This record gives sequence, C-alpha cells and structure tokens, in this order.
Amino acid sequence: MTIKSNASPVLFDTVTKAYGDVVAVDAISLSVAPGELVTLLGPSGCGKTTTLRLIAGLEMATSGHIFIGDTDVTKLPATARDVSMVFQSYALFPHMSVSENVGYGLKVSGIKKAETRDRSQDALDLVGLTDLGQRMPSELSGGQQQRVAVARALVLEPQVLLFDEPLSNLDAKLRRRVREEVREIQQNLGLTTVYVTHDQEEALAVSDRIVVMRNANIAQEGTPRELYERPADTFVADFIGDANIVDAQIIAVDGDDAQVSIGNLTMAMPHRNAGPGPVQLAIRPEAIHPIVIDADNTGNGDGGSLSGTVSKATYLGSHFEYTIETALGALFAIDPRIDAPVLEGQAIGIELASRGVTIIGDRS
Amino acid sequence: MNRFIVLWFAVGLIGFAIIPWYTTDDSFWSFVWLTDGYPFDADYAPALLQIFVHGKIWLAPLILFFLAVVPVLRRDASGQQQARYLAIAGIGGLAYLFLQGFTIGIGGWEYAALESLFGPVERQFGLGYGAVLVAGAFLFLLTQSFAARGYVGGDLFVAGSIGLIITLIVAFVFFPVSRILMSAFQDNDGAFTLLLFAEKISDNKIWGLRCISENVSCGVAWNSLMLATTVGFGSTLLGLAFALVTTRARLRFGKAFRVLTVLPIITPPFVIGLAMILLFGRAGVVSQFMDWAFDIEPSRWIYGFTGIWLAQMLAFTPIAFLVLIGVVEGVSPSMEEAAQTLRADSWTTFTTVSFPLMRPGLANAFLLGFIESMADFGNPFVLGGNYGVLSTDIFFAIVGAQNDQGRAAVLAIVLLVFTLTAFYVQRRWVGKKSYVTVTGKGDSGLHAALPKRLTWAIFAIVIPWTAMMLVIYCMVMFGGFVETWGRDHSFTWRHYAEAFSITSGEFGLVWTGSAWNSFWTTITISAIAAPLTAAVGLLTAYLLVRQKFAGRLLFEFGTMLSFAIPGTVIGVSYILAFNIPPIEITGTGIILIICFMFRNMPVGLRAGVAAMSQLDKNLDEASLTLGANSFTTVRKVILPLLRPAIAAALVFSFVRAITSVSAVIFLVSADYHMATAYIIGRVENGDYGLAIAYSSVLILVMLAAVSLVQLLVSERKLGRRSATTKPAGDDPPGQKKIGAVA
Repeated sequence: MTIKSNASPVLFDTVTKAYGDVVAVDAISLSVAPGELVTLLGPSGCGKTTTLRLIAGLEMATSGHIFIGDTDVTKLPATARDVSMVFQSYALFPHMSVSENVGYGLKVSGIKKAETRDRSQDALDLVGLTDLGQRMPSELSGGQQQRVAVARALVLEPQVLLFDEPLSNLDAKLRRRVREEVREIQQNLGLTTVYVTHDQEEALAVSDRIVVMRNANIAQEGTPRELYERPADTFVADFIGDANIVDAQIIAVDGDDAQVSIGNLTMAMPHRNAGPGPVQLAIRPEAIHPIVIDADNTGNGDGGSLSGTVSKATYLGSHFEYTIETALGALFAIDPRIDAPVLEGQAIGIELASRGVTIIGDRS
Repeated sequence: MNRFIVLWFAVGLIGFAIIPWYTTDDSFWSFVWLTDGYPFDADYAPALLQIFVHGKIWLAPLILFFLAVVPVLRRDASGQQQARYLAIAGIGGLAYLFLQGFTIGIGGWEYAALESLFGPVERQFGLGYGAVLVAGAFLFLLTQSFAARGYVGGDLFVAGSIGLIITLIVAFVFFPVSRILMSAFQDNDGAFTLLLFAEKISDNKIWGLRCISENVSCGVAWNSLMLATTVGFGSTLLGLAFALVTTRARLRFGKAFRVLTVLPIITPPFVIGLAMILLFGRAGVVSQFMDWAFDIEPSRWIYGFTGIWLAQMLAFTPIAFLVLIGVVEGVSPSMEEAAQTLRADSWTTFTTVSFPLMRPGLANAFLLGFIESMADFGNPFVLGGNYGVLSTDIFFAIVGAQNDQGRAAVLAIVLLVFTLTAFYVQRRWVGKKSYVTVTGKGDSGLHAALPKRLTWAIFAIVIPWTAMMLVIYCMVMFGGFVETWGRDHSFTWRHYAEAFSITSGEFGLVWTGSAWNSFWTTITISAIAAPLTAAVGLLTAYLLVRQKFAGRLLFEFGTMLSFAIPGTVIGVSYILAFNIPPIEITGTGIILIICFMFRNMPVGLRAGVAAMSQLDKNLDEASLTLGANSFTTVRKVILPLLRPAIAAALVFSFVRAITSVSAVIFLVSADYHMATAYIIGRVENGDYGLAIAYSSVLILVMLAAVSLVQLLVSERKLGRRSATTKPAGDDPPGQKKIGAVA
C-alpha cells in the first residue's frame, strides 16, 4: 500500500464569509489536529458546507485567516491548495473511465504516466475496486461510484481530505457500511479529515470530534460523548439525539452534585457549574421509564414521583414509543420492554434513570 | 505567473518592432509585404521604424508603456507590484493606442484645433497586424493586473477571457452603434446639431399619420409597427395551433410537424417572399389561373402590406411554434389531471388551467415574432413595393440615390428603440414569468385531450396553412427548372447552368457559372466565421454560467443587448464605424467574418448556456480541488462534455452566416460577394429563375449540414445517457434557440 498520509492541521482564525448582506459563516475560529476526523454538523443553511468550501478554496473568505499546515492559504485558489474533496454528487467525470478519473489529479499535476497508473491502481485497491478501472462511472452502482470518488481524492495524498455529505445519496443499509469503510481508511492512513453531514447519527459514528453549527456560528464542539451527555444549550441537546427539554429547579449544590427538583421529583446529578435557581434539563427518551400504577405501587417513595397519562403508544418492532402527558408538558419516551406495553389513555408513574438526565448549559 | 507577463510582453514587442503596423491594401492573408519593401517601406514598416524613419513620432510614447512592464518581469515581483505596473502599462497603452488612432487619420489631424496647436502631421491608416498584437498584449497585461489584485479569485484565464470578450463587444457592437447615434446628430459636414436631429426624427416620412384620413402612405415607423404587431399576433396564434396539434391532438402524424422547426434555420429569409411572387405576382401561377378561369385581372396586390405580412407569417410561424411547443409540453399533465378529477370537462380544463399556464409563453412568442418582423429585411425588400418599412428605408437611405447617412442613422435609432424595448420587455418581464417547470421528477401523466370544438377550429387553420407551406417549398425546389414563370412553363436546366456550370477547358475544370464566385466566398467566409462564432459564444456562456465576478450583471446585459440589434442597423453602423481609421476594414472579408461573429454569437451562447447549466457544477469544482487550473478544467472536463453543444453551435453558426441578408447587404464588396446579396441583386433585376435556383441549392447545402449535426448529436445521446448527474434537459442544444433577431 503506497498511499501515504501528509496529514496537516487546519486552523480557522475568525473567518467570515458574507454574500452581500447575508453572512454564511460568522467569525468562526476552529482547529483540526493532524490525523483527526472532525465533523461539521448542523441543520441545512447553518454554514457547514460553506465552511468546508472555504477550506477547499472554492469560496474565498471575506475576512479572517485560514491555515493549512504552516501556510496561510486564505487567498489561494482551490487549484493551489493541497486539499481533496469528496462531493455529495461524487462529481465523477462522466466522460472518463474509473481509472482516468482516479488518475486525473496526478495527470494534471504533471506526474509521469507509469506512476499515475500505478498510484491510481493502488488507490483503487485501497477502496476495493481493483478490477473496475476500465469501467465508466455510469456502469457502477451508487456505492461503487462513492468509492471511486474517495479513491480519486486519496490518490493525491492531500494534507486535508474533505467530505461533503458523502453518504446522502446511498440507501440506509449501504450508508452504515460505507461510513465504516471511510472511517477505517481514514484511521489507517491517519488523514486529517473534515466531514460535513446533517445526520447526527452519522456524525456520532465517524467523528473524533463534532462541531455543531447553527446560524453561521459554532454552537458547541466536543467529542461525540461530550455533546450527547453535556449539551451546551437546548439546540445542541435537541439536535444530538432526541431530548425532552423541561424546566427544573436546583435546590442545593453539594460537592459535584446538585439536588434538582423536577415537578415533585427530586434527584441528584452533576451540577455543571449551575448554582441554585431555575435551570433547564435535557431528558433523553430512553431515560424515561413508564411504570404501570398498581393499587400497591404509587411511585418510588424516596424522592417523590412523577405521573402522567399515555396519550400515544406506537409499536416499532424493537421498542415502543410513548407520548406521555405530564405536569411538565408532553414527554417523549422510548421503552424496549415490548412484552409489557402501556395502553393509550392509561395513567402511569414515571421513573427517571440518572444517566440520560442532564442540566443544560455550562456556566463555567 | 511571470511566464505569462513575459509572453505577452514579447508578443507586444514583436508587434511593435517587427510586424507591419498599419493595414495594408492587400488581403489579410496576403504576405506580399514580406518581399515588397519591408521593413523600410512606409506602408509596411513596423511601428519602431515608422517613428524613426517616417517621422510618425506620436507612436513613440507607446515605448514608455512597454517600459512600465520591465520592473515586473523579474520572477520575484510581488502581486502588488504586478498589479500597479501592469495597470499603468495596460490602461495607458490601450488608451494611448486608440487615442492616437482617433485623432490622427487619413488626412492628418482629425480635429482642426489640434492642427493649429501642434502643426501639421503625417497621415496614417488603420491599425494593422502589429497594432493588433500590441493591443492584445496591453489588454492581457491589464487583465493580469486585475488577476494580481485578486479579481475573479486571481484566475488568469478567467480574467483574460472576460477582458477579451468585453473588448470585442465594445469594439464591434457598442462602438459602431454609438457611431450611428453620433452621426444622427451630425449634419453632412460633421458638425453637431441638435436642431437637425429634431427635424429628422420628427420627419413626416417617419411618423406621418395622414394615411388614416387620406389615401397616402403612412410614416415608415407606423408601417413597421403595424406590420410587426400583426405578424406577432398572427404567428403566435398559428404557432400555438401547430403546437397543440403536434402535442395534444393525438394524431399519428402529429410528430411530422416537428419538421417545421428546421425550416426557418435553413431558409434564407427572403426565399418565402420570392416564392410568393412566383405564386401571386402578376405573372404568378395562381394569378394566371384566376385570370384564365374567372377573368380576374392579375394585379399587384401582393406587393405591399398584405404580401409582406403573408411572407413573414410563413417565415416566422415556425419560430413561434418552436417556442410554444416547449410551453405546451411543459404544462404539467398532472395539473390537467388534477382539474379533471375535480370534475372539469375538457373545455373547462383547457380554458381554466392549460391556457392560463401557457400565457407567459404566448407573450414570449408574440415578442419574438414582433422583433423578427421589425428586423426582417429580405421580405419587405422583395415584396415591399411602395410600402416602406424601417429596415428597407435604412438601406435605401444609404445605398440609393439619397446617400443620406444622417437619415439612415435616425431611422436606425427608431428601429433600435422599437426592438430594444420589445427585447427588454421580453427578457425582464415575460421571460421570467414562466410557469413551465422541468422538475426532474418523472411526470407520468397524460396531457388532457383537446376539446372537440377547439380541435376542429385548429384543423381549419392548420391544414390550409400546411398546404400552403408545402406549395411554397415545392415552388422553391422546382421553380428553378422552369423557363419563365407565368409565360413559359417548359422545363429547362438553363438557370442552373447559368449559375453553376463547370466547363473543362485547357487548364482543367473552369468554374464558369456566375454564382460560383459568391458561392465559394459564402462557404469560405461562413466556414471561417463558424468556429470563431462558436468559440466566442461558448466562452461567454462559460463566463456567464460558471463564474461569479464583479460586474457580471452588466456583462450579461451587454452581451444580451447585442442580440437585439437588427441586422440593418449593424450593417449601417459597421459602414459608418469601420470605413476610416483606426479600424479600417470595410470591403474586406474580415468585416464579414466579424459581423457574423457578433450577429450569430447568440447561437453559441444559448447552446452553451443550455448545455452548461445541465453540467453539475461539482464537476468543475472537483477538477479544481484535484489541482487542475480553470483552463485545464475547461479543456479536459467542460469541453469534452459539451461536444454536442459545440457541434450544434458550429453548424448553426455556419448556416446562419449563409442565410443572413440584412447586415451583409451593406458589407459585401466586389471581392467579397455573398450568395444572399447576389440573389437579392438578381431579384431586383427580375431574374427570378436564377434566384430561385440558387436559393434551392443553398437550402440543400444547409439541410445537409443540419442533418449531419442532428445525426452526430443524436448518436451521442444514445451512448452514455446517464452520464451527467442531472437529468438531461428538454431540448437539443441549438435547435430551440432561435430567439435571436434575424
């Protein structure tokens, strides 16, 4: 395997991109370490693709500086940057064969024919398309086309590899497989990679670090686990996984923990620098356990209890989804216990698992 | 980066110091000058020797502008330095080059004031090869300066292309047209006078309205307006009828009407008029028959409004059809199906859903018909009689006994205002208000059948019209084999022999036919113009579709504007502008080629825009991120994918160059006589047989060319259809793009 890595860090220093009055990227600062896979995640129109194109040189920054390695590339056009990109549409040249596509970048850089051929073949071997070099792109399946696009980007051994929603044209099952392959190649070669997606599950699966974007700004960045378990605000809490946002009250702070009252329930959780007073909580749907109320079971005694009525129950094969009307508002719950379903209209008690309930925001 | 500067610096120096500076009397491709006194002869000397040997010291300052480039020839010159020095050289050099060209002409100083200030100077002729190289060098050094400043992302190729196109359009569209505007304000001695202009523009011959009350002819402006409006309405109605028949009547032979779309492309515009004369003129077949059968005296009714109207209707209905067939097909069947499931019958569906959806398309077709009619020269010329319209009056003002450039200029301005207004309305208002959408989602529904009454009404129009078309084209094809129309209908080869005879003489074959000269000139000039036209058009399309740059909207407006200028106006303006230095090219083949380039550019532009909008922009971007520069990207990715569009642009520019009349008729010369101008001349002499014979030969040549490209393009489609990432569009490139003015 001769495909090497020239992984370099990427640095954004207060970069802004504006189209007339519309600001697409607003003074973003960001760094990607060598060999790291960072995902830009956010709803459509949040500026994540623009950020990616700024790295590629397909858009020019209105202000601020962009560094790749030690070089300030802010003013360099795409041609002059050592960056490769895998496009959402793959953008395979339809008039060239697979190996011509893969060898294109080498050819226009003036690499000799024999070397171009060898390196293209290596890249095709790497993505598992060893024998398909002579095919035309239109003769390949969607997944194969995707891999050609990856091979074409890898063969130049770029300092940075960019992915623009690379899986969105694949069906759900293939998506899972290809994302694992992409992650594997990236880790084996140690490539610096920036990956754009709007699918939070995909982001959680492939990333070393995730940057959540909203309205041209960075909402929060961190490892997948940090984002899921310690969201900075309600937007992130809601965007990464599902969350029920409820109002609560911190009664007291004691060491690392805070005593939080939720309705008439009290529980302990990490205080995350919040003092006594009103806070918002994110409660993950899988942390809510509905309990059928029998005559002798009226809740879990020690910290008070929550109760409500199931207004909707949906069977989804592996689990049930419930909508529960409570004093806190409607809560969305997921329950894997499909053998003991709760019926619509039934009054229930609610238990909260301590993992899966967190105070939103970090006031440090 | 610096290689580019050195290259153009060298080109400039060669142009300045080695190549002859002025135009020579010999043809462009003649290299007589090499052996005829070069380099010291005053006619052939390069600029450097002109300064030192022939006392043309005003060329000396150009050296200064070359010197300004020297500091940035070093490899390590910074972008800022490049931007500064090259701007001085580029702007200064170009400005000075043209300033001296305009101030010193064939008779020395152009302005008396300057002569009294500096004393008399030598005379000078138009700019030649050397000057063109120098101008090119300054231009590209200037665009390099812009690129170094970061314009268009510092892309040399794009900056250079933009500079080139702008320069060409300014030089060959805006400059000549502004020349017309100027001469409208001048009297015959060249002095500026507003009064005379006011007098000329309010002339009774232009705006007179006495025809309403008395039996005299109206002003030509009213004539043109009247004609264009009625032709616009008529051709739109007929075009709609044909479009409905083709797409909705569910006839088996309905598809055959699509042949119509090819007709206007391959028919020289006056041919229809000619055939009308052969049918309805005093010696026409129909007139003779009426005389024989019903004793109806043959009259001259065909000459005048009625005749022109009929001929233009026949000529322009296919254009309306072309526009409307897209509109009619574009109305989504699911809309009509939705109406039907909501209990509308077929008549209600048509009047409440289908027709309103087509309305913007109809307005579009009307405006195109209007513009075409306004700009048409051939038919009014052949059939006009005493009924003058603007385009023919412009011609007679210049060519006829009047030789009144001022009047031609004023008429041209009136015509220009009409067409530009219609063009503006069409582009800005109607063009964007289209309900027709191609979503790329499959729309599997069926168009609603037409209501019965409407079907019959349409047939009542379409069938006689089709019959008439058939008769007309039969006349064109067979008219050349008849001795003399109306009198002697015996078969003869005489006309073809006169035009296209070849005799084998002492020195092999001799092209003795009288048409050969103009025929070969036409083919050669058109063949040279075609690739240039296609190149300029496609390059402009690339800039418009693919590049974002400051001033893009203005650039688009400029290129679009040049489409709306009628041929007669272009013809007159070229004569006025290019008869005298600095650009002195009347009477040459070059002026014809340039004229075709800018008149037919829309063909390449539209084909390019249509094809390029269907190419995923990510393809370019992928190429750029893979390290190719924009020039390589164009060469290796865009051009190969545009091959069908290129083929179409080439052939249609070729064909349009052959059929054009209105501008050409001003620009032909003894050395460069074009087929259409030759035929028009024969018509003027009443030599219809030869004219018809020649026309039919032209039509066959063009039919062959068009069929060839259709074959090539359709073969290409059978290949890798799923190639492009977006669904292929609705129309073959080039075919539907007739919107331009003839």
